[in-house]
Amino acid sequence: MTKLTDAFKNKKAFIPFIAANDPDFEGTVNNVVALAKGGADIVEIGIPFSDPIADGPVIQAADIRALKADPDLPMDTIFDIVKAIRQQTDVPLVFLTYLNIVFQYGYEAFTARCEELGIYGLVIPDMPLEERGELEPAAKKHNVDLIPLVTPVSGDRIEKIAKAATGFIYVVSSLGVTGERSEFANDLSELVTRIRKVTDVPTAIGFGIHTPEQATEMAQIADGAIVGSACVNIVAEYGKQAPTKLLDYTKQMKKAVNAHPVR
Amino acid sequence: MTELNLNLNKNTTGRYGDYGGQYIPETLMNELDRMTKAYEHYKNDPEFKTELHDLLVDYANRPSLLYYAERMTKDLGGAQIYLKREDLNHTGAHKINNVIGQALLAKHMGKTRLIAETGAGQHGVATATIAAYFGMECEVFMGKKDTDRQKLNVYRMELLGAKVHPVTSGSMVLKDAINAALQDWTKRIDDTYYLMGSATGPHPYPLMVRDFQSVISQEAKTQLKEKTGKLPDMVVACVGGGSNAIGSFANFIDDPSVQLVGAEAAGKGVETELTAATVERGSNGIFHGMKSMFLQNKTGQINPVYSISAGLDYPGVGPEHAYLAKTGRAQYVGITDDEAVDAFEYIAKMEGIVAAIESCHAVAYVRKIAPKMRKDQIIVCTLSGRGDKDVASIAKYRGVDIDD
Ligand SMILES: Cc1ncc(COP(=O)(O)O)c(C=O)c1O
Repeated sequence: MTKLTDAFKNKKAFIPFIAANDPDFEGTVNNVVALAKGGADIVEIGIPFSDPIADGPVIQAADIRALKADPDLPMDTIFDIVKAIRQQTDVPLVFLTYLNIVFQYGYEAFTARCEELGIYGLVIPDMPLEERGELEPAAKKHNVDLIPLVTPVSGDRIEKIAKAATGFIYVVSSLGVTGERSEFANDLSELVTRIRKVTDVPTAIGFGIHTPEQATEMAQIADGAIVGSACVNIVAEYGKQAPTKLLDYTKQMKKAVNAHPVR
Repeated sequence: MTELNLNLNKNTTGRYGDYGGQYIPETLMNELDRMTKAYEHYKNDPEFKTELHDLLVDYANRPSLLYYAERMTKDLGGAQIYLKREDLNHTGAHKINNVIGQALLAKHMGKTRLIAETGAGQHGVATATIAAYFGMECEVFMGKKDTDRQKLNVYRMELLGAKVHPVTSGSMVLKDAINAALQDWTKRIDDTYYLMGSATGPHPYPLMVRDFQSVISQEAKTQLKEKTGKLPDMVVACVGGGSNAIGSFANFIDDPSVQLVGAEAAGKGVETELTAATVERGSNGIFHGMKSMFLQNKTGQINPVYSISAGLDYPGVGPEHAYLAKTGRAQYVGITDDEAVDAFEYIAKMEGIVAAIESCHAVAYVRKIAPKMRKDQIIVCTLSGRGDKDVASIAKYRGVDIDD
């Protein structure tokens, strides 16, 4: 059992996301610490990418803000942000980024730094099952889970992906890119059931969740809820005041995902 | 015209050495798999092949001419120059070759909606054209900067019944149009076929696009043999994503005596930041579904790139080009804006051909290299498109005001 799997023990997990360096170094540290204080079970930190093809307008805009603040934004600055976060909280952290960022740093060096700083997993939207072989040996060696995505159109890939998963499985709520939604695919519970048939690795649903009602609904289907664009919107709207808002929001969402007893 | 050989490439794995692959969101993986299987099936299906052949001949106006550029040859005083006239195809560029093949595949897969990205607008126009022909819905994504500098093509696409979406994210050029097209596709897969315009992206696109564009070299090889009894000594083509170049190279890759040269857009110069010379300036990376070479910074952020030519300012190349460059089988040379514009004017005056500014990057290299070659040597240079679309921007480049 990995540290990420542990985060789902006896409870439903609330997993918020924010983009690194949005609005700046300090802001990111304060925001992540606030999310942790609010009760986040895992925090996803997005490493900004110039061309985030799996992301909708809200997270795209966050990436642009982060890269505007520091056009080069070296990976080492991001690792320094994590180091600063680690002085204040031991909340489980994962990175969400695109494979090129990891590739450029070097798979071995990147996962080694992750291990050193307590980044327990990587969510890489442009690395499907077939392409994870090149990163897997280094990730395994450094105890970094490669968190796969499963979507409503994964079909007969579901079992293959689930069997290879460690940490948790990111269940994509519906077609399209990240961003707030009012509707989700209607066969999500069937999808989660199929996953559970082949693995004990927990599942968390993401893409589009922003209200507590949605979080409650999704947490009844899966083992946790991931919330990205809604958190990023708070950061965009409240700037330096974002930590207080994020803390309140997290408390509310954490309660929402645990509104019903764990099965 | 003999039927197009879609089994020229024996390697159908989607990997070219280390390059290639399918680095794409999970949402699209099953669809890419369906596409791969459909292509593997239909490329050997006699009915599909006949349909493809008929469309290439009766609709696209193939075979295109292999034209001996006698005045240019004399003027440059070296190698004999043959121009492969893709500019004479219906819609005015090589793009139609790929579009016919993929749209036919889409039709057989039961798709009713085509989406595409476009840079200069040529691929968008070709896609809009075939969508009209097949009675399919068509939406084209085009960077806002490109919709501004290629207004004529935007109107042409609309005339053909397509909806054009100006893309305002990122650097508002070709790469951003591809991002937008991919994002649209992940939202709507069932009825939609993403018709990629170059030999780029995840497998099976580089393979399919190469196969459909290999009609260029299949014809050129036969035509040159008929005219001279020989193989060319050199094949030159411009490289954006690399579709006309890979199509021009394909049937010569196994002929070691034929030198293969890709002309990249150096913009203001290979050494400057305002360049799109991916092979010369770029490095290995993973983007837009493929492992290949890209212009990027140390962290892996993709660079905004620049060229006077909207069809060449892409920060990557197709994976097979990265492989040909790495193995040394093909060479890639940077051609600046200035050199391309000079070539645009040169070939117009010398041969009476207004060629696309993209193609003029290849012409510019021919102007440099032909004088250094012997008179018994032969260069085949692909003219990937015609230059009507560029007249206004060349005038502007020269400071001539032709606005009405
Ligand atoms: C006339 C012409 N030539 C060349 C290109 C570059 O594309 P590729 O490298 O795929 O041939 C374009 C792209 O728009 C084009 O319109």
